[in-house]
Amino acid sequence: MKKKPQRLSYGCLSFLSFCVIIAAWCIATYGGFVNEIFMPSPTDVWNSLTEMARDGSLLENCYISTKRVMVGWFWSAIAALPIGMLMARSKKFSAIIQPIIEFARYLPVVALVPLTILYLGIEENQKYVIIFLGTFFQLVLMVCDTVSSIEKNMINAARTLGANKLQIYTHVIFPAALPGLMDDFRLTIGWAWTYLVVAEMVAAAAGLGYIILKSQRFLATDVIFAGLIMIGIIGLITDFLLRILTRLIVPWHERLGD
Amino acid sequence: MDNIKLKVSNLQKVFPAANRRERDVVALKDINLEVKESEFVVMVGPSGCGKSTLINIIGGLEDATQGSVQIDGKEVTQPGADRGMVFQGYSLFPWLTVQKNVEFGLKMKKVPKAEREKISREFIRLIGLSGFENALPKQLSGGMKQRVAIARTLANHPEILLMDEPFGALDAQTRVVMQELLARISRETKNTILFITHDIDEAILLADRIYVMSRRPGTIREVLEVKIEGERSHEMLVTPEFLEMKRKIMDMLWQESQDAALDK
Repeated sequence: MKKKPQRLSYGCLSFLSFCVIIAAWCIATYGGFVNEIFMPSPTDVWNSLTEMARDGSLLENCYISTKRVMVGWFWSAIAALPIGMLMARSKKFSAIIQPIIEFARYLPVVALVPLTILYLGIEENQKYVIIFLGTFFQLVLMVCDTVSSIEKNMINAARTLGANKLQIYTHVIFPAALPGLMDDFRLTIGWAWTYLVVAEMVAAAAGLGYIILKSQRFLATDVIFAGLIMIGIIGLITDFLLRILTRLIVPWHERLGD
Repeated sequence: MDNIKLKVSNLQKVFPAANRRERDVVALKDINLEVKESEFVVMVGPSGCGKSTLINIIGGLEDATQGSVQIDGKEVTQPGADRGMVFQGYSLFPWLTVQKNVEFGLKMKKVPKAEREKISREFIRLIGLSGFENALPKQLSGGMKQRVAIARTLANHPEILLMDEPFGALDAQTRVVMQELLARISRETKNTILFITHDIDEAILLADRIYVMSRRPGTIREVLEVKIEGERSHEMLVTPEFLEMKRKIMDMLWQESQDAALDK
């Protein structure tokens, strides 16, 4: 029973911290402390948001960007999962693959954009590939790490209970690693948004990153702010949904502090 | 009657040196042991004598450098359902309910669901956890978790039960309760059991025969029969026969520990 007020105050504090930032923003802009070309007032940003909402471009661009993030990230997760698991379980496989991954991990994705455009043009696939490249190599290492850290006793118990190699992957390693994997997914999906904006700012005809870049040319800082706020909001919602999903699929997990 | 279930012959385990400056470590040397059908054998030895390595080799989780492990006369090198293991540490599957944990081995063997449920219920009752079928491991105490681990292994009908200090992490009171429970189970189910511990009381309380091990390189120092009549319970801990036996084993182990402390 003691937990409830605590949770409430946690929410209150989170809300308050947002209020403080907005208040500071209001004071700076309405008070005339900053040039409105550099920082638009909340009213201006609200107006451009509602205008974009009215002509439908807000929803459309949000949809395009979210879809790019999800598709690119989805394929990276699908590919990283088996490779990371195998790396954690087989020394040989790890010896073959780890150096490549470590090398690729340090290649800045931005530096790969020209190549992807050469190979794939500026269609959707190029966006997916950028997001894939940005998240895949990191995710493989994270999956490997998560899988390595599961309790060895569980695997040994399964082996002595007669589970074969495949069954150990499907019935022990995967479920045991799932809580950690969900955290890995949550983190990398955040990075996927970063790479999306990279991809959209270089070559795109739609998307939130594209809007931001286009607005820069017209000094439309209110639209830039609107775009940034939308990315933040979508990020918050994704994170929230993934947290709920985690709680639904691994209800058995004992989280520290629960 | 005296069928030999498990036979370990001339077993040796050497851990090769990690680099040239170090020497190979001989963990186990000339290990010969037998466990007869329905017998409860306990190996007791000082920590670091390689007893966990030994049980892992028998379970197929580690390779022996030399020697053989036979179950019913057949050599084994890989883990298998014929040798069920219970570990000291946490080894239940936390995402499965008590019942699903107990059914795990049967499910791997593709035993039909109805039969699985019947068997698991029977063993959950045996370990005294009826009513907890749908509980998750995180809702159970340490002792209850270990009960489930025992039921999970028994439900799989292993030829032999290998137990690696299963009660080592429990508090003293719970440990005695669990020892009595295990003594009762072994009497009722006639399972063949090889049990490892460094706790002398536990060894005498449970065993038909005790193998006393020496410290590294682990060898078998003595084999003792426990000829104490009557039910195995905490009450026997203070009987003269028990204490005499305890003194004998303590003397052996004390010498070993003494050597270990001085690192002779």
